[in-house]
Amino acid sequence: MKKDIILSGVGGQGILSIATIIGDAATSAGLNLKQAEVHGMSQRGGEVESGLRLSDTEIHSDLVPLGAADIILSMEPMEALRYLPFLHEGGFVVTSSSPFRNIDPYPEEAVRAALAGLDRVITLDLDGITRTNAIPQSANVVLLGAAAGIIGILSPEQLQQSIRNIFAAKGERVVEMNLKAFEIGREYGGRQ
Amino acid sequence: MTQIKLLLGDEAIAEGALQAGIKGVYAYPGTPSTEITEYIQHAAAARDNGIHCTWSSNEKTAMEAALGMSYAGCRSMVCMKHVGMNVAADAFVNAAMTGVNGGMVVVAADDPSMHSSQNEQDSRFYGKFAMIPILEPSTQQEAYEMAVYAFALSERENLPVLLRITTRLAHSRAAVRIRAGRTEPAKRPVADDPSSWVLLPANARRKNAALTEKQTRLELLSGENPLFKVLLSERPSGKGIVTCGTGYNYVMENGAVEAGFHLMKIAQYPVPTERVREFAGRCGSILVVEDGQPFLEEQLRGIVGGGYPLKGRLTGDLPRTGELNPDNVAAAMGIEKSPVLRVPEGVVPRPPALCQGCGHRDVYIALNKVLADYPAAKVFADIGCYTLGALPPFCAIDTCVDMGASITMAKGAADTGLHPAVAVIGDSTFTHSGMTGLLDAVNDKADITVVISDNLTTAMTGGQDSAGTSRFEAICVALGVEKEHVRVVVPLAKNMDEITRTIREEIDYRGVSVIIPRRECIQTLARKRRREMSKNNQETAK
Ligand code: SF4
Repeated sequence: MKKDIILSGVGGQGILSIATIIGDAATSAGLNLKQAEVHGMSQRGGEVESGLRLSDTEIHSDLVPLGAADIILSMEPMEALRYLPFLHEGGFVVTSSSPFRNIDPYPEEAVRAALAGLDRVITLDLDGITRTNAIPQSANVVLLGAAAGIIGILSPEQLQQSIRNIFAAKGERVVEMNLKAFEIGREYGGRQ
Repeated sequence: MTQIKLLLGDEAIAEGALQAGIKGVYAYPGTPSTEITEYIQHAAAARDNGIHCTWSSNEKTAMEAALGMSYAGCRSMVCMKHVGMNVAADAFVNAAMTGVNGGMVVVAADDPSMHSSQNEQDSRFYGKFAMIPILEPSTQQEAYEMAVYAFALSERENLPVLLRITTRLAHSRAAVRIRAGRTEPAKRPVADDPSSWVLLPANARRKNAALTEKQTRLELLSGENPLFKVLLSERPSGKGIVTCGTGYNYVMENGAVEAGFHLMKIAQYPVPTERVREFAGRCGSILVVEDGQPFLEEQLRGIVGGGYPLKGRLTGDLPRTGELNPDNVAAAMGIEKSPVLRVPEGVVPRPPALCQGCGHRDVYIALNKVLADYPAAKVFADIGCYTLGALPPFCAIDTCVDMGASITMAKGAADTGLHPAVAVIGDSTFTHSGMTGLLDAVNDKADITVVISDNLTTAMTGGQDSAGTSRFEAICVALGVEKEHVRVVVPLAKNMDEITRTIREEIDYRGVSVIIPRRECIQTLARKRRREMSKNNQETAK
């Protein structure tokens, strides 16, 4: 079995933390993993993307080929659409619906219409969800929670354990907050 | 005993160097090489063994310090991005002439597709130019293995060894099997051989002859590298592929051997000529798959001769520029892919920008205000976050070429009478390569205004220490800038009147002046705050 995931968003939105959690879970589960990250200039509020490949057999390319991704997991709606050429026919898009408006004009309508036109898509009002639940730092973990049911190659429980592992150094409060965020995400993901 | 760690290619190299028992790493931060040194800085093994790992002022000082460490009998590593090789080239090429004592490994991280760079130069050309062995890993595991191997090779051949990687390997993570413990390299006495280390022409001629003579042997060694591979297809189609580095991964992703290709993977240079010739004989045609410039392809053309069907970047079978990926390699292999989804209409690029609240923003707002009154003004900028001042809404800079060029280009332009000639340079770039240029300007009483936008860090690469922090006024005055023309301001909106007045005054002064807008990078500031917060959190939890 193998899963290719494209993580996307805007520099500074925390997509690499999602990758770190999945990476930890994959290693604990004995899966092979390759994760291509973006460092450097584009992290300054530009478009960022990280390809995450999980497999029980050897993985060669660090980059996800076009048309191969099972999931696009995005912290920002337009950034989800940017990587559609990487998605395969039956693939899922799981994305925040809250635009990050650091470009002018932001193509609000076009983005909404394009997302609505996708076959398999889970959208979350991440801004609203994190505000209502007072978890402003954990938007990325909410998103991961929403995708937990479709990642498949890793169970939600395995991901939970990795959230504990990864945030342990920051104290119990941070761990609890992120577990809560993960649960909230799962609930939203399950509904769609 | 082995341990499995999830590592970036950069980090795998750091592990390899620690395993090989280095005494020090020398580097200036530069994407995509920065994480090698950072990993060593955070490693317990580095603390326990007193390994030198603080940042150097630039790549040349780093290269020379590494050579000095080698001279003293210890293993040393020096790391940089590809353009850093230009800065260090004098030391690098001549280190091949002196040779080494303790093993010395130079890591150059190339950036095909220029994700974070101003050009696509391929460091393998430097290795060939200096006539030393070059190692090129394909995977994170190989990066680790090759780093370990590189030190032994360097000591055996008495030469520095170049380890060349690209962004894709540097910044991609995978599981790496790490052997426990640290090799204690055999103790070597300090070098005591002036005839090797004093490159007077008489000595240099002898060393040059010896280095040239060594080349045949080095070629043979390349063919014996444990990671050099020839994979023969069981259903040969007559087609062959010669590949190296990350190119190998894309070829394998596309199932080259099953598809009937014979495959040769080069792991070390100089190119093993005989092995290539022999391989070419088995194939009717060869596709060269390499990330970077057509370094291998050009040399293969020489080996197989003009009539041989050789394909690659030069023939247009692969794109002439830019990074390889599984898709352009598939196309070059003749593999048909089904059509993919399109990016919907309306999706627009999102270029990077200076952070909201960044001090460089206030600097550019002030500069634009003042320079509106000087239509002939030119702003010569430099390398760092502030290069983003080229983009809207600022459009505030006219040039950005290489580390330090702001001051010297402004000076050259001012020498023709251009006024105002303004240089914008960051604090770290100033100590990297700006100081000598400022001395030139002072000596010529050039009519330039230098803005050292000081954010107390090397921000672009993630906030490393900056070599001159808290000493810039002293440095400028010591270089001869008049005290009253070294001005410090705090780049905040509320100080805009003072900042614009200062800029105006210094532009109107027809000599060298330096303005230092100083305010900490808000990203490093936020990181410090977060660290303190999580420390407090943990303490309350206790
Ligand atoms: S990282 Fe620091 S210096 Fe760079 S743009 Fe952001 S605030 Fe400015």
